[in-house]
Amino acid sequence: MKNLIKEFSKGITVLNPTFGLILGLCPTLAVSTSLFNALGMGVAATFVLVFSNLIISALRNFIPGRIRLPAYIVIIATFVTMCELAIKAYLPALGQSLGIFIPLIVVNCIIMARAEAFASRNPVLPSIFDGLGMGIGFTLGISIIAFIRELLGSGSIAGFGLLKSNEFILVMILAPGALLTMGLLIALSRLLGITKK
Amino acid sequence: MKNSLLVNTSPHLHKKESVKRIMWLVALSLVPSGLAGVFIFGLHAFWAIGFGIIAAVATEFILQAVTKRKITILDGSAVLTGLLLAYNLPPDAPFWLPIAGAVFSIAIGKQVFGGLGQNIFNPALVGRVFLMASWPKYMTTFVKPMSYDAVTSATPLAALTEGKALENISYLDLFLGNRPGCIGEVCIVALLIGAAFLLIRGYISWHIPFSYILTTGLFAYIFGAKPLFTGDWLSNILSGGLILGAFFMATDYVTSPLTYKGQLIFGIGCGLVTAVIRFWGGYPEGVSYAILIMNAATPIIDRYTRPRIYGS
Repeated sequence: MKNLIKEFSKGITVLNPTFGLILGLCPTLAVSTSLFNALGMGVAATFVLVFSNLIISALRNFIPGRIRLPAYIVIIATFVTMCELAIKAYLPALGQSLGIFIPLIVVNCIIMARAEAFASRNPVLPSIFDGLGMGIGFTLGISIIAFIRELLGSGSIAGFGLLKSNEFILVMILAPGALLTMGLLIALSRLLGITKK
Repeated sequence: MKNSLLVNTSPHLHKKESVKRIMWLVALSLVPSGLAGVFIFGLHAFWAIGFGIIAAVATEFILQAVTKRKITILDGSAVLTGLLLAYNLPPDAPFWLPIAGAVFSIAIGKQVFGGLGQNIFNPALVGRVFLMASWPKYMTTFVKPMSYDAVTSATPLAALTEGKALENISYLDLFLGNRPGCIGEVCIVALLIGAAFLLIRGYISWHIPFSYILTTGLFAYIFGAKPLFTGDWLSNILSGGLILGAFFMATDYVTSPLTYKGQLIFGIGCGLVTAVIRFWGGYPEGVSYAILIMNAATPIIDRYTRPRIYGS
């Protein structure tokens, strides 16, 4: 049990995908313009991560080493497709604003990295906890970035405007704002000792 | 900064030059241009410059105090950054604009890299580009000179880059600063006085400013108007922030190449990027982006222009 908690918590702190491993930057930078989008992306990635880890871990002794990457991609793509259809059916607004970034979860390097580095070498239960921890760590990371960018760039929190004004720091919801926020947060997490130097 | 860099055994004479002294002298050399800007655009410009300097110094002080480093606000570099940033703003900008820009310049442009001497980009230009990306409305409305009642007007550069001929503005107007523009960039005479002082005292070398201005002028002459080779090169040199940028910002010691050969490459690169942005880019003015892009190229220029080590 202690081991499982460790596998779970490392994805949120030391090996946080966003601030520690610095993986999955494409969705992190592109989707973090609003908190709503970021949460949606985080939950979708967590779902895929948990189930792909589960299946890959369960099949780890049957997948031949030489073709493991294509096999992982087929498994991951299955869950991404399920996820995409579900979002389009039940949350069409989110589906619209995330656009191409939902199918792109297939090649999200966090998921590939956990499949290769963890799920293919560990039993099912730790793999599930690893996927869950990594997914929640990613969701937290992208949501913190999105919260700051949305607040400074368009003066709202998850779509709810705080002030009736349009003189916010426009650059924060543009690409440079994503890189600035990300860089400063990585520095902060290292300063606080959450991730390693 | 003479070319005769001799290495000798002791005894050595100590020269009074220091980073602090140079910074204050560069700031001093910018004073005529600021005075001219205040005279042309009114007292509002003076307050904008003041707020820029105060915000820059205060940010530097706070960040150095919080991170428990040596307080170096008296070395003049923060003052210079605030001053240059304010010079790059439209004269009727609201006062929070120089403050926001100066805070960003010092915090993101300079202190996150470790302070003076560590920054890879010119801090004042980082601040200006931040303001340009964040509040383009305030950064691109200019008032008419000598009107004091905030009549907005297009800058001569905006007309030039659209390929139109200048109306109602003579070369003399451009030279004296009787045109819409940023606070510290309009009065070319005052800028040249400061630049001449720096050149004669050897604080800056001629390589960057001259190669920069010549390249932009040549490019404007060739491509500035149709047919080719009929461009108004003099107006292109005298308008926009080219003179201010070439003499005072591209020559920043920290962010420009070390060798003369490297400085020539740097200047030509700045000139090309400026002209390309002016004639084909989305923005009317490209000086700040050009200098920042070449700042990024400085380490690689330094690497390929490294002088041969004696004896190797």
